Amino acid sequence: MVKYSVVIGCEVHVQLLTKTKAFCSCENRFGGIPNTRVCPVCLGLPGALPVVNRAMVEYAIKAGLALNCKVASVTKFDRKNYMYPDLPKGYQISQYDIPICYEGYLDIESDGSTRRVRIRRLHMEEDAGKNIHLEDDSGLSYVDFNRCGTPLLEIVSEPDITSPEEAVSYVQGLKEIMLYLEISDCNMEEGSLRCDANINLHIEEGGEVFETPIAEVKNMNSFKAMKNALHYEVERQLKEWREHRYTLKDFGKITRGYDDRTGKTILQRSKEEESDYRYFPEPDLKPILIPEELIREIRQSIGELPREKRKRLISEYGITEKDAKILSSSVALSAYFERAAKGYREPRKIANWVITELGGFLNSEGISIEECNLPPVYIRKLVELIDGGKISGKIAKDVFAEMTRTNSNPEEIVRRKGLSQITDREELQRVVKGVVEGNPKSVADFKGGKDHAFKFLMGQIMKVTRGRANPRIARDILKEMLEDD
Amino acid sequence: MNIIEAPLSELKEMLDNGDISAVEIVRAFRENYERDEREELPLNGYIEFFDDAEKAAQKSDQVRESGDPGILEGLPIAVKDNILISGHEVTCGSAILEGFKAPYSSTVVERLRAEGMIFLGRTNMDEFAMGSTCEYSVYGPSRNPYERNHVTGGSSGGSACVVSAAQAPVALGSETGGSVRLPASFCGIYGLKPTYGSLSRYGLVAFGSSLDQIGILGRVPDDIALVLSVAGGYDPNDSTSANVDFSGIYPLKRMKLKGKRVAIPVEISEEGVDEEIRGKIKVFSDWLTGMGVTVEKISLPVLKLSVAIYYIIAPAEASSNLSRFDGIKYGFRDTTGETLEDLYVRTRTRGFGEEVKRRIFIGNYVLSSGYYDEYYKKAMEVRRLLKGRISELFTKYDFILSPTSPVLPFRIGEKVDDPLSLYLTDICTTFANLASIPALSVPLGLSKKGLPIGLQIAGNMFEEEKLLRVAKLWHEESNF
Ligand SMILES: [Zn+2]
Repeated sequence: MVKYSVVIGCEVHVQLLTKTKAFCSCENRFGGIPNTRVCPVCLGLPGALPVVNRAMVEYAIKAGLALNCKVASVTKFDRKNYMYPDLPKGYQISQYDIPICYEGYLDIESDGSTRRVRIRRLHMEEDAGKNIHLEDDSGLSYVDFNRCGTPLLEIVSEPDITSPEEAVSYVQGLKEIMLYLEISDCNMEEGSLRCDANINLHIEEGGEVFETPIAEVKNMNSFKAMKNALHYEVERQLKEWREHRYTLKDFGKITRGYDDRTGKTILQRSKEEESDYRYFPEPDLKPILIPEELIREIRQSIGELPREKRKRLISEYGITEKDAKILSSSVALSAYFERAAKGYREPRKIANWVITELGGFLNSEGISIEECNLPPVYIRKLVELIDGGKISGKIAKDVFAEMTRTNSNPEEIVRRKGLSQITDREELQRVVKGVVEGNPKSVADFKGGKDHAFKFLMGQIMKVTRGRANPRIARDILKEMLEDD
Repeated sequence: MNIIEAPLSELKEMLDNGDISAVEIVRAFRENYERDEREELPLNGYIEFFDDAEKAAQKSDQVRESGDPGILEGLPIAVKDNILISGHEVTCGSAILEGFKAPYSSTVVERLRAEGMIFLGRTNMDEFAMGSTCEYSVYGPSRNPYERNHVTGGSSGGSACVVSAAQAPVALGSETGGSVRLPASFCGIYGLKPTYGSLSRYGLVAFGSSLDQIGILGRVPDDIALVLSVAGGYDPNDSTSANVDFSGIYPLKRMKLKGKRVAIPVEISEEGVDEEIRGKIKVFSDWLTGMGVTVEKISLPVLKLSVAIYYIIAPAEASSNLSRFDGIKYGFRDTTGETLEDLYVRTRTRGFGEEVKRRIFIGNYVLSSGYYDEYYKKAMEVRRLLKGRISELFTKYDFILSPTSPVLPFRIGEKVDDPLSLYLTDICTTFANLASIPALSVPLGLSKKGLPIGLQIAGNMFEEEKLLRVAKLWHEESNF
């Protein structure tokens, strides 16, 4: 048995949801007819010059603060030089030695405990276009520049991650925060969240520690792919160590691409082929000064992050971990819940209504919680009506439907429609008596030992009262009457 | 007055008075250009004289008739072939941009057009503005109007040539290390390199982005002021453009010279400077002294480093700026190879000339990892030092005076294979680009052999007007 530990660091690219591109005023949107969302700037035409999109800078600061980073007071852009057909200028505007944010961390859950992954840096850069290779015999390739100039954040972690599962929960944690901050839609399939992982093994043998060559694994397009790819890589490196005993000193860093169909990683580039990006400060853009005031403003706008919120919702309202996770996924949703639940003695029930019924309603209507006009207090009133025995759970669903349709107060609906439960013993006794007298056969069946006849009679009581009979009281009265005889 | 020899101010007056039309102006320049084309050794200042210039002039005459003429209505200008004019080809004097039509216009062109200016044509230049002689053009060298076997200077040689030869009253050029001033000096005209950021670079094909600046060449200081007054100022499309306003500088006011202080740095005005040029500088400084100006020789040793750091910074930025010419999107493409790498290598090998390739190599070298600190970073540190020294100097002096070129215009082909000696022709000019300050080349007269001599006045940041006002006094005095 080889004793080893896994060491992983992640480089995550996140496309930002700014209205316009990073350095021009083209609309920033996924897709479109090739080469229609372009201008001289993002096409890199001769003479065109970049202008920094302020929103990109603010989003970057926001993300950095949410990841507990320090924010540089002065930052700048640099050119990363390499030639590729999808890169129209022959360089990418990126950030090299002064990233906008640095030295942060993200806490993740791993095996029931909390682990801290340090974040080395977070910087801004522009995305490239896309090469399209025709799959016929022509051998032709095309380039679509629509994506070119889309603002990206690159978030680089320290090699603090110790398993493929942790890597996945780290990236999930990043995604949760980006979604919460509403700065990216983090769609791995569409490529608005892309993760490359640097992975190697530290192998203990004979009191010595050997490091295997670092592999940068690319092309992991889902969390599942990430897990598979990294597990494959652990096994591959172990095997390679057993067979060849290659170390980091022998090979340095290699690049491997994950193939989703085979579940394997394939060698793409060895160290010798690594390019020299010849970074230098972007002369077309002035350094950016970030005033304390702006950082403070952005910090205030962030508020409570999903993870803290989750913890607080659980401790403050006693709701389940699962419900807390759903509610904390969006600022608006958790705020809605809290407004509904504030001061109510059974917040779990409110959480349930918000998640299941309201969630279902929003889903079917295709609207977001932000677009929902239903006052949160109505949900509480509805739950109060149930808990106070005023309406049954079944009736409550009808009231809810009416409430969402008309945006009216559930108490009002119950009153107007005469939906409140009949809890009055005398009234119920009259009803039960009528049912018993009207169904002598069922009464006889019951007495003959057929239990299902009781259910039928209860159903009749509900039918007569249009569901308003308090089931507990009605049941007691029915029992009494049937036994009295 | 003869149209082709008239300064803009006079053409403007004649247009205003209805004495001439814009069409007549364009025809006059075209005729002069075409006459020269029939010479045994044409000047070759224009790469293309625009066929649509006359049509633009017709439109301009209509605008004037309708009673709402722009500030520059009907006045013509020639444009260096690295400044984009929508719909016209733009080649930068290079084979690699063969057939490339500008899909948009530069900010400066837009501004001039909006005030009624007419573009006569595209002028010749060293390929991608890399050169000091205008010999490194795929369209062949431009010739010095004073002596056709001599170079015009470069890289804006075509612009200097057409203005000097009365094929245009004024022209736009571009500067990275002296490319407007040097040819202005060699062709006996005025050439202004404005402060970095005074004119938008949007639509100027980049060479050394931190040094590049569109410049203006003319036969009288007022013409330069008039063009600057419209073309200059802040542009939101250029993040490095400055928030300055030149709209009030034309016509140039008279300046009181008495009490002004002028520094002549010995590093760029004595050793290695041609005797005749030194003699003319003396005439100028004596004139200044006579006007009550204090002229002092000073020493600024860091100036000696300016050519060295210029030839690190400019090629470094150029190597990156020129990466986009890869045969993929526009211009020339060599498809004889099999792979993508073949396409890149063959397109660029055939598309770029030798000097451009030389500078790309230098640029890639000084930026490569392991050499960055030693070259590019160090050069930027020296540049900061130089900037500091220069701005210190301007706390005591109003102007820095020197020759524009240490040598007289030389014969075509004389130095073409000696890049180092060509680089040294930039010795007097590069510091202004490195320090981002404005500098003007002023014609001082002719050498014994009839070759023009120029002098350079540099001023503090955004003091273009001050330079032009001194020049105006000299112009009235010298009548050259
Ligand atoms: Zn664009």
